Amino acid sequence: MDFNLSTEATAFRQEIKEVIDLTYTPDRRSEHHQTGTFACPALYQELARRGLLERIIPGLGKGDPIELWILFNELEKASVPYDALSVILIVSAMVTRLGSEFQRERILPSLISTKSYACLGYSEPGSGSDVASVSTRAVRDGDQWVINGSKMWTTMAHEADWILLLTRTDPTLPKHRGLTMFVLPMDTPGISVEPVWTIGSERTNATFFDDVRVGDEWVLGGVNKGWAAMGVGLTFERGVVGETNSGVALLRHFRQWAEETGAADAPAIRRQMAQTAIDNEVAKLLTQRSAWMAASGQLPLVEGAMSKLFATAAYQKSAHWFQQRAGAAGLLRFGEDGAAAEGWIEYEGRHAPLCTIRGGTTEINRNIVAERHLGLPKSV
Amino acid sequence: MKVSLSEDQRAVEELFSEFFAKTSEPLVVRRAEPLGFDSELWSKLCALEAPAMGVAVEKGGGGATLADLVVLGECVGRAVAPVPIIEHTVAVRALPAPSAQLLAGDEIATIALQPATGELDWGLIPAGAVARTVVGLCDGATVAASADPPGVAPANHACMPMAFRTFEPDAATILGDESAWSRALSEWQILTAASLVGIAAKSLDIGVEYVKSREQFGRPIGTFQAVQHGLAELPALIDGARLLTFKAAWALDTSDTSDPIAPTSTAVDDNDVNDPISLALMAYLFATEVAAQVTDRVLHYHGGYGFAEEYDIGLYYRRARGWPLVLGDPDAQYQRLADRLFGAVPTDDASRKR
Repeated sequence: MDFNLSTEATAFRQEIKEVIDLTYTPDRRSEHHQTGTFACPALYQELARRGLLERIIPGLGKGDPIELWILFNELEKASVPYDALSVILIVSAMVTRLGSEFQRERILPSLISTKSYACLGYSEPGSGSDVASVSTRAVRDGDQWVINGSKMWTTMAHEADWILLLTRTDPTLPKHRGLTMFVLPMDTPGISVEPVWTIGSERTNATFFDDVRVGDEWVLGGVNKGWAAMGVGLTFERGVVGETNSGVALLRHFRQWAEETGAADAPAIRRQMAQTAIDNEVAKLLTQRSAWMAASGQLPLVEGAMSKLFATAAYQKSAHWFQQRAGAAGLLRFGEDGAAAEGWIEYEGRHAPLCTIRGGTTEINRNIVAERHLGLPKSV
Repeated sequence: MKVSLSEDQRAVEELFSEFFAKTSEPLVVRRAEPLGFDSELWSKLCALEAPAMGVAVEKGGGGATLADLVVLGECVGRAVAPVPIIEHTVAVRALPAPSAQLLAGDEIATIALQPATGELDWGLIPAGAVARTVVGLCDGATVAASADPPGVAPANHACMPMAFRTFEPDAATILGDESAWSRALSEWQILTAASLVGIAAKSLDIGVEYVKSREQFGRPIGTFQAVQHGLAELPALIDGARLLTFKAAWALDTSDTSDPIAPTSTAVDDNDVNDPISLALMAYLFATEVAAQVTDRVLHYHGGYGFAEEYDIGLYYRRARGWPLVLGDPDAQYQRLADRLFGAVPTDDASRKR
């Protein structure tokens, strides 16, 4: 085994670090915690300006999964809000692969330049882990589709120009087969957005579709082929688009507090910091493996499930430990005098619960490992 | 970047996994208790030239890298083989000129894991019951001492051939400064981690087979989600431990200095630690936790049978704890790792006992 990055990947990593240093300035570091919009436009634009986003989309640029991993790994380590960027890239990858010429021309330039944001309309009020059970309906009416329903967790919908929308077009077919994916302009009449605030101070949204009329030109990947379109998005992500190294920034923030207060001298604290450092290394290696496998032409579905299972559980454990070790200072929010690591410790304690839910819950990932890796039968 | 075995390593894996499957069946492991050493199995291993496999070619060995030896170590763990090949390998790699007997495995060598206190008293030594030559640390120097081994071990948790050994001070030969022993200790940690990965991986296989066949409430217990999810958490731990062990071996194999410098705080903050000493500690500590957790959970899913001596999981459960604990309380290693990663505590505080 060889754990060194290639010269090219090392240069790519260095450039991402440069962009972060250049654009993720101290005032921007607190911005998203105030607005709840987890994006950093200046940083995204600089990545776009240098062609680094186009470069990692298969079909547009080199599309190297190792570079995709490096990008998100660096953003995550630096605590840059990457949520909006990950959706831009996922939608871009899907449109590049499945889109018509019309869609590619209309959508891609705005996303790849980060002038536009996108959001994902997968989950619904009654449909989360069982994503194929969506009930948002798209019904044929002449040469148009009429869409009615609602979507949950449409993060960035309030700023997005595009939505990727999973609908049911044929309720008579088995649930995975009657689905169709649309990619719609958000200003289509009949779409409305309501905020949903999280305990992590993030703004996400509920998005409603009320007799939304669109033509076939907005179908992505074919009628009743929505499930295959979902697969294209997953193949692009490969489990390397974030949520696998949150422990790195956490440890850095905690250590900053522990060194300032002298707590870092206590053997019990040192042991916990060392344990988190080990977990961080393991989380990195598991993700690095997925990236390498993807770059070698394999689809690391099980391996991606493993990295997420491990990394998110380890991060939650550490966030809990560190908040306790910081004591009452771990309760104080950004901007308060005496807040541990300027408020980061308190914040991470609120952010942590999200990580074992979004992007595939722990239970769904355990099912994947149990059935596809351990060869156990479908559970009851 | 490449996260798979080389051709050579695949050959090593095939050779030793087949070898141990044939020669170190649970029957053999049980028969070797309580000493935990099977001389017949050792002779067969010698016939494969395994004792010299990790020694440099110019010293008469097979020239295997530490990463190659990690593959062997995992095979040893999967079979919980009652042979001290890890200790022997680490010790002969540390000797400047290992004898023909040591290379052939006619004599066994081992490593003392604690510095000598008093006059060459190293405390409990792994494989000390069967090893003639001991490589250890004494007064800041790496030394080797030889004497006939006792051939018996104090009754112990994992049935390991360990022993308290003391040597006459003039029986010791100085091999060099501390660095040779220190490297050997890192190698022992890495190969022990590899054996623990093997223990964990094989235990999971045993567990999966068991829950597929054991029926309760009219169906295999492996169809219950509670059981599935308990097992489904484990592969990430095992794969993570294996990757970390290989990374530590890779870092030591490619390190060009006998005294690697500790990582900078920037490297730690950036999760970019490539220091072999830190990685060896990480691999050892993580694999220790993983092997304990996996064997515990798999034993549990056996119900009462898991506690019965007749079932193999008990062999794995005890060795998962015994093999690493011979180095002492892992907390001391966590503190060493913290010193390495975060810098030692700048104080004269002698009361900071570990």
